[in-house]
Amino acid sequence: MKILIKNGLVIDPANHVKENFDILIEAGKISKVAKNISAAADKVIDASAKVIIPGLVDMHAHLRQPGREDKETIASATAAALKGGITSLLAMPNTSPAIDSVQAIELLKTLVKKNSLANVLICGAITNGRLGKELSDIVGLAKGGAIAISDDGASVDDEKIFQQALKIAKTEKILTICHCEDKSLSNQGVVNLGIISTKLGLRGISSESEYKRIERDIRLAEKIGAVIHIAHVSCKESVEVIRQAKKRGVRVTCETAPHYFSFTQDSLVDYDTNKKMNPPLRSRQDQEAVKKGLKDGTIDVIASDHAPHTENEKDIEFDRAEFGVVGLETELSAGISELVENKILSLPQLVEKLALNPARILGIAKGAIAPGDDADIAIIDPAKEWLVQKENLVSKSKNSAFLGRRLKGVVEYTIYNGKIAYQA
Amino acid sequence: MVWQRKDLLGLEELSREEIELILSTAESFKEVSTRDIKKVPALRGKTVVNLFYEPSTRTRVSFEVAAKRLSADVINIATETSSVKKGETLIDTGKNIQALKADIIVMRHNYSGAAAMLAKHLEISVVNAGDGWHEHPTQALLDIFTLKEKMGKIAGINVSIVGDIAHSRVARSNIWGLTKLGAKVTVCAPEILIPPAIEEMGVVVTSDIQEALREADAVNVLRMQFERDSSNAFPQQIEYFKNFGLTCERLEKAKKNIIVMHPGPINRGIEMSSEIADGSKSVILEQVTNGIAVRMAVLFLVAQAKDRKDENIN
Amino acid sequence: MKEKAKVLDKESLNRAITRIAHEILEKNKGAESLCLVGIRNRGVYLAQRLAQSIKAIENKEINVGALDITLYRDDLTLISAQPIVHKTEISFDIADTNLVLVDDVLYTGRTIRAALDALIDFGRPKVIQLAVLIDRGHRELPIRADFVGKNIPTAQGETVEVRLEEVDAKDEVVIMEK
Repeated sequence: MKILIKNGLVIDPANHVKENFDILIEAGKISKVAKNISAAADKVIDASAKVIIPGLVDMHAHLRQPGREDKETIASATAAALKGGITSLLAMPNTSPAIDSVQAIELLKTLVKKNSLANVLICGAITNGRLGKELSDIVGLAKGGAIAISDDGASVDDEKIFQQALKIAKTEKILTICHCEDKSLSNQGVVNLGIISTKLGLRGISSESEYKRIERDIRLAEKIGAVIHIAHVSCKESVEVIRQAKKRGVRVTCETAPHYFSFTQDSLVDYDTNKKMNPPLRSRQDQEAVKKGLKDGTIDVIASDHAPHTENEKDIEFDRAEFGVVGLETELSAGISELVENKILSLPQLVEKLALNPARILGIAKGAIAPGDDADIAIIDPAKEWLVQKENLVSKSKNSAFLGRRLKGVVEYTIYNGKIAYQA
Repeated sequence: MVWQRKDLLGLEELSREEIELILSTAESFKEVSTRDIKKVPALRGKTVVNLFYEPSTRTRVSFEVAAKRLSADVINIATETSSVKKGETLIDTGKNIQALKADIIVMRHNYSGAAAMLAKHLEISVVNAGDGWHEHPTQALLDIFTLKEKMGKIAGINVSIVGDIAHSRVARSNIWGLTKLGAKVTVCAPEILIPPAIEEMGVVVTSDIQEALREADAVNVLRMQFERDSSNAFPQQIEYFKNFGLTCERLEKAKKNIIVMHPGPINRGIEMSSEIADGSKSVILEQVTNGIAVRMAVLFLVAQAKDRKDENIN
Repeated sequence: MKEKAKVLDKESLNRAITRIAHEILEKNKGAESLCLVGIRNRGVYLAQRLAQSIKAIENKEINVGALDITLYRDDLTLISAQPIVHKTEISFDIADTNLVLVDDVLYTGRTIRAALDALIDFGRPKVIQLAVLIDRGHRELPIRADFVGKNIPTAQGETVEVRLEEVDAKDEVVIMEK
């Protein structure tokens, strides 16, 4: 299949491109990026007044399969991803069974092969059952295709076990992704500790429970010389800890999620369980610090932390409701609405955080648009608005924090592996 | 001032005028309880369901008496006897009660925000009779009603709330109500029982009982819920009485006419000595009496607002 | 609404009250066991004036009470504005009295129905009679007044406003129309 995209503004931070070009796609690859390409094609897309960006790489998604197909499946998650302009996504290992063994990863690979509509990458578990007690078969997982390890949803409390994991990951040349939370400090909390937990009469999760664990993980990574990536940074202290570590030359990267720069704890006043996530929505100052971290490069990546839950798990008492929100379909629009519109990031910088940087951190050849690259592309209209509603989400679960909100930025086409995989 | 809300969920969301309307309506209702026939037909034909997920005798009985004095029919549902234990969600329970054509649900729940959630999903009225640590609006309203009766006004008076502020819905509702009406509120507790950033709610914080009492026109002593939160290390009960208990000796240094309040039930010898609880400064039993009038006013107002809304739709 | 006609001025209003006072005394054969209960708001002021009048005639103080019938109405939802609940103040025993209920305007009769319900909850008077300043017709219940200051035929779209010095700074009765 040959696709010719005409007259779009190509934004490709990898090659410092921000210019109108035509793009020719052949046999799953980008064959030409130039002005006025005239070639016979099976499909010609007029992208005038549209922006062409690399397919996004979301390095933090919960696909729920195997085990919780009532919340999401690989098929529904990848369909949602394509609608959000995402062509590659890293599947977190907290499935049932957890991806902590060769058998489990083989099962997942079979499911992915059968059901996936996009490029699903695999993150293995650090410990068996993600319980933090004994190391999983990290070597086997790496050989089986896991490109990262994480116990996401939990941190490995035991320093010795965690150091051991870092050492193996270093040898296997895979990334360790850290969910940083000291559960003895977060103390069964459900919202940020402070005026909001006080007003609502809910248990609070302190910033300390997050940044203290980031400090530890950085300290251990530094000692071992391992590469780590900090997941879902939410508070100002965390941003500062990582900023300082980077200055020292520690090989640490980090991500935040769209909800942390789009909302603050103030939007919890009516106990909206679609604003309940872990780490929690923090204060205005924390939100500002996250934005500043994105601007100065401390925060490398924006990842969705897509966490689908059924209505049965959300339409209940706040304390009992599950943590987490869906985010694949709103990630790009939230970035445009909150960061580009407010001049925190330029559109190319946003694309860097959503595509290029995660691809580089994960060590995959994605996130760029040059001849020879995989033809993973999104064609977007960054000025077009849409209203986030349950009805227009394709994810199986509808627990979006953005419900009822107008966002800017609509994906018109997503091309994956040289084929039109999504069209608005 | 027209009451528009079908629900009463908390005092945080109410305006000063709305609180004053409840108080003045309650004043009129207080007279009903002094009659030989303590009953008016204002809610005749209405059904009030007391849905209690936490054991509570006084609040439930108070609501039941209030509803009956308004001629409403009252049904009590307690967790032990309901399908709640079988795993029915709160919303399903609420919708079932609504399908029975009940008019008002009075709910006590152990989770903060439960009343707000229920109200959002139902068309019938929801009155919050205490949700987790969040709010207990009718308790605060009756406290304020009693204070106003005694002091003649709320604006400018000093009220100290002593006890487990962190886990107290009574404290939160009192803080919202009193500050909206212009009282100066001090909260006093051991540091571990003071929730973070509470000063932002407009109160002064102290851990010194004598300081809390010095300027106080009234002191509202909270029940210590030693059983509620086992994860926090509570100070020993004796220790608590030594440091925070209300005694004659401590009150001697306070204003002469200081009013002592307590939402009940009292832990004698822990929160206050018996001499204080039964003494002339105590208005604890008047609070109970006033609770009926305040709850009658609340039930009446939400029912009227709901009926008016339905009328406008038809 | 605008004023259509003034039906009573200060003097004629006072004369009507004095006349009703005489009629009450005549019908009840004096002020013995007589008491007055006014319906809030203006009925209460009229009851107080009647009591003064009766005192002037008989030289006897009689009990006057105030009744708020908000909680007894059957048409609460038809009132667009918030019904304000006022206090009922009847500080004497109404059992075995000759009780005269006083209101300003008798119209559908529903207020009186509610007032009768309320009164019964307070005790059992020997008789209950009804005194109104204005009877404007259009009854919806089988109720009639024993003492009437003035009968005024009205259209349904009109309203009758009784203004009393105690609350309205002047004494008069006017008909208002749209």
